[in-house]
Amino acid sequence: MNPWRALRTAAFWPMLWKEFVQMRRDRLTLAMMTMIPAGQLMLFGYAIQTDVRHVPLVVLDESRSAESRLLAEALENTDVFRRVGEADDAAEVRQLIEGGAATAALIVPPDYHRRIARGLPAEAQLIVDAADPQASGAALSASQLAAQARGAAITVARLRGPPVPPPVDLRVRPWYNPSQRSAIFIVPGVIGIILTLTMTIITSSAIVRERERGTLEQLIVTPIGRTSLMLGKLVPFVVVGYVQMTVVLLLGRLVFDIPIRGALPTLYLLTFPFIVASLGVGLLVSTVARSQAQAMQLSFFFMLPNILLSGYLFPRVAMPEPAQWIGAILPLTFFLKVIRGVLLKGLGFAVLWPELLVLCGFAAGLVVVSVRRFSKTIE
Amino acid sequence: MSTGAPQTGVPSIVDPEAPATLAGDAAVRVLGLRKQFGDRVAVEGLDLEVPRGQVFGLLGPNGSGKTTTIRMLCGLLEPSAGTAVVAGRDVVRDPEGVRRSIGYMSQRYGLYDDLTVAENLRFYAEVYGLRGDARRDRIEEQLTTLGLDVRRDQLAGTLSGGWKQRLALGCATSHHPHILFLDEPTAGVDPAARRTFWETIHRLARDGTTVLVTTHYMDEAARCERLAFLSRGHLIGVGTPDEVTRQFGQPTIEDVFIMLQHRDEAAE
Repeated sequence: MNPWRALRTAAFWPMLWKEFVQMRRDRLTLAMMTMIPAGQLMLFGYAIQTDVRHVPLVVLDESRSAESRLLAEALENTDVFRRVGEADDAAEVRQLIEGGAATAALIVPPDYHRRIARGLPAEAQLIVDAADPQASGAALSASQLAAQARGAAITVARLRGPPVPPPVDLRVRPWYNPSQRSAIFIVPGVIGIILTLTMTIITSSAIVRERERGTLEQLIVTPIGRTSLMLGKLVPFVVVGYVQMTVVLLLGRLVFDIPIRGALPTLYLLTFPFIVASLGVGLLVSTVARSQAQAMQLSFFFMLPNILLSGYLFPRVAMPEPAQWIGAILPLTFFLKVIRGVLLKGLGFAVLWPELLVLCGFAAGLVVVSVRRFSKTIE
Repeated sequence: MSTGAPQTGVPSIVDPEAPATLAGDAAVRVLGLRKQFGDRVAVEGLDLEVPRGQVFGLLGPNGSGKTTTIRMLCGLLEPSAGTAVVAGRDVVRDPEGVRRSIGYMSQRYGLYDDLTVAENLRFYAEVYGLRGDARRDRIEEQLTTLGLDVRRDQLAGTLSGGWKQRLALGCATSHHPHILFLDEPTAGVDPAARRTFWETIHRLARDGTTVLVTTHYMDEAARCERLAFLSRGHLIGVGTPDEVTRQFGQPTIEDVFIMLQHRDEAAE
């Protein structure tokens, strides 16, 4: 049961050759393996924009003054809002929001400019369609910023003196992703998702196919040996995984301008235990599934918590505790910390060693369990 | 041709009291072999000797333990009890050694549909350790003798049953195995292809390969030099086709077979 001896024995290489010939010939799997990374990258990189921009805004300006126009402009200048039209009365505002033409409405009462001129606090109303909490949250905070900015400008004008610094000035500096683009957060995660996908779905169905066709039985009666058999079956997918990772990194760099702050060799090295752990899951699935369809279903069942609970799309700190526990038993959760850490923060072994240890633990545990089960099922 | 003790003379009815001989240089020697799946006993107290260079048929109705026996002899199943020595090696203690000297072909063929004929042969030849010129020469030889030369670049998945069967035989014999195990190799193959297949089998036997074959077809049973009948996991008769028919007092092997099947069904 020594993998290195198996690599040196002759039986491993024909297995490798056969796998690559089959891979080249299986157009569907080949397409899946090359198109999925590109497709996922475009899909998640472009479509999933958690940063909210261009919320459609309608304005009901009953004040019709220079002051009210300045307030509306201040909102538009935040870039979060995009003015889509004017409303003549409250009923029209309601109608526009209900119909979906607008998500937010600014209502400026008739006495707005008069109260400002008299030095009184002026009120205006911002109505937000809060059905989508993410969009409305962004709209709310942007509107508050705009109102503060207007308030400060009015105060300065009133005092007719030099600008007075505010008593407290909390300056926010978004590190690692200063423009706060979601692509920078998502794209490194795409690599983790793709590797999980390849190592579980494609690997498990490739093994189950050998069992279905009777070729696995045929191989067992040859002198190939179980270790060579498994390595020959699994190593090609490690190669595929690294190729996919490289493709996503390249596209991410070229299309989404993803920073690569850490050392790439470190990243490729740290990825290895994650790949081995995911292969273990794939091998485990292949020992449970009776058909290729079952292997697919089981793998998808495994993919779902990976997508939702690993921190790939949604921050884990915001999840209820049980969801966090489930996330904590997924190798992807730790790999995401590794890949984001290396790419976005330029981290290395010195900081990421706890994640590395956990991933190695996952890899060792899953390989031991799945290899034992696999050996049993081919008896 | 060397022969084991029970091969000559009167019909050798297996006597559980008689000590089974493990002497001589039989290709396969089985003593007290037993396999149990949970509560079900698939094979019980099997003693068997297959002489070298013979075509030896393993016969019996479905569920009689033929396939289980062959799988134990190939190292695909671990026996629950007893010993089996294949090509001079113990199947439990030295499975690797056994695998190097045997070929195995099941009714599922074990071919890669998405590899070509030549690629299938190449893969199995390499798995059996053939390299370089030796491998190339052997593949060419097999493509010629099996008549597969014109189809060398055809995908195995697009071959008809008969051609698949020939290719599977080629894959199982690329390393010149001492013993060839065939588990219902002609299931679902047309009569012409079956005849060609059996001609190949007999040629292999003439060249010194021992062939152990399970079959349902009685004409195929008649082509074997010796037969062993299994019934409900027990060996109930062994000998040449003539001896077996005489032993059971039936005119043909087919009658023996039907008689046994009725007996099994009555016992259930």
